[in-house]
Amino acid sequence: MVRFENVGLRYGMGPEVLKDINFSIAPRSFQYLTGPSGAGKTTLIRLVLMALKPTRGLVNLFGQDVSRLEAATLTDFRRRMGVVFQDFRLLDHLTVYENVALPLRVLGKEEAGYRAEVVELLRWVGLGERMHAVPAVLSGGEKQRAAIARALISRPQLLLADEPTGNVDPGLGRRLLRLFMELQSLGTAVVIATHDIALMELYDAPRLVLADGHLHVDA
Amino acid sequence: MSMPDHLDIDEAEEERPRSGSRLPASLRRDQPLVPVDSVAGRALVVVIAILTFLAALSAGAALLAARASEQWRGAVANEMTIQVRPDPRRNIEQDIARAVELARAVPSVAEARPMPRAESDKLLEPWLGAGLDLVELPIPRLIVLRLSSSSANDLVAFSQTLRREVPSATLDDHRLWVRRLSTMASTIILAGVAVVLLVLVAAGLAVAFATRGAMAGSRDSVEVLHFVGATDEFIAREFQTRFVALGLRGGAVGGLAAIIAIALLGFLSSAWSATPEADQLQALFGAFEIGWSGYAVVILVAAVVAAIAGLVSRLTVRHYLRAMG
Repeated sequence: MVRFENVGLRYGMGPEVLKDINFSIAPRSFQYLTGPSGAGKTTLIRLVLMALKPTRGLVNLFGQDVSRLEAATLTDFRRRMGVVFQDFRLLDHLTVYENVALPLRVLGKEEAGYRAEVVELLRWVGLGERMHAVPAVLSGGEKQRAAIARALISRPQLLLADEPTGNVDPGLGRRLLRLFMELQSLGTAVVIATHDIALMELYDAPRLVLADGHLHVDA
Repeated sequence: MSMPDHLDIDEAEEERPRSGSRLPASLRRDQPLVPVDSVAGRALVVVIAILTFLAALSAGAALLAARASEQWRGAVANEMTIQVRPDPRRNIEQDIARAVELARAVPSVAEARPMPRAESDKLLEPWLGAGLDLVELPIPRLIVLRLSSSSANDLVAFSQTLRREVPSATLDDHRLWVRRLSTMASTIILAGVAVVLLVLVAAGLAVAFATRGAMAGSRDSVEVLHFVGATDEFIAREFQTRFVALGLRGGAVGGLAAIIAIALLGFLSSAWSATPEADQLQALFGAFEIGWSGYAVVILVAAVVAAIAGLVSRLTVRHYLRAMG
């Protein structure tokens, strides 16, 4: 599903922030992406999302080399991925319902066609009573769940979650982890970027460890 | 999405998935993805309203000039005059009679009326003053011809015959006047159209700058839209919808203000119609009335401004997104 070969990235003429990155993500797999703060976890996620171009190496997504992707294919690939940002990135002027429905709305679907699905997912993540709220009045945990629901609504093949438990208490963090495990069992490949060792000890899964710009896989 | 029942996301507040989806009636579900009611948006509405008002007034003025010019040309083109100059060697009354006779023989001349001496003297009063005895002055006499049709090909031959038969008479077909009036009216119309075009360009530039500002302010939102699978086309459409709405609001306000201003000017000009100044204006421009077609042009200008707002915002967004990509 995702394959990186000797990928390197530098910003401008600066030093390489990611060096010789090699890893792959199989369908229906579960892995952590870990490393100290500033190690480049978010940068690596942005590379997978094609928001950044590598300065060298090969990035292969869904069987295609991304360096030769057409704009339409890039959009199609992004629709097959769900992403939970560390800072949630909810649209402030939209309600929780509208934020979660966003991936379906950009597909051009009619609101009546996805209403039941969105409501069901919102109830599933415990936001059934908060669907009319705007992000400004949500707690950190609620924003986190809204961001997760938005990432899941289009049933992605790959879920990338950047520090999804970074803003919630340990109890909610554990519950969110169970949610991600459940997603994996439903067929989604899950990558959780975290530096929370306690969280990773709750569920054993391969770890992609980033340090000093290098990545090694700790199986 | 079909979710399993056993997921305990939050034991305390867990609600089991239910079939059906009754939403609160007050739930907002179709908000524009680009925020609409920003300070910049309201400022743009005001700018567009002012520009539309100016463009609509210019269009109205051009239309007024076009209508007045049409009236002048219609009045002048259906009339000709024969000027008979006094010649001590000739009998002017006989010349007039002969010229009238020749004119009445021309098929395209519907009526030939020699202007009485008193009437032609009266034409000189504004320049020479009243109460003067003009008998001793060699004042030319006029014969007014009313034409039955505008395609008067026989008038060239008539002019030559007149010159041959009555050497002291000349046919004045008012071409010079018509040409001058046409030039003046065309200049006013062209100036009006140029102002409208300039204002539309200014509106386009204002929208382009506002769109760039909105894009810069919504950079994060645009990135999120990309990540959730929005195409550039979708994002451009969202911005276009927003700016068409702003353009329509500004255009409606500006167009309405222009319609009210024109109607008010028409009302005031008719209220003051008894004054000499109003009479002069009426003689020059006709009635201060642009008619339904004029009001339609004002509405068209407002609609064009809104369309330009949409088009320019779309192009700006596409350009911006290409640069982002």
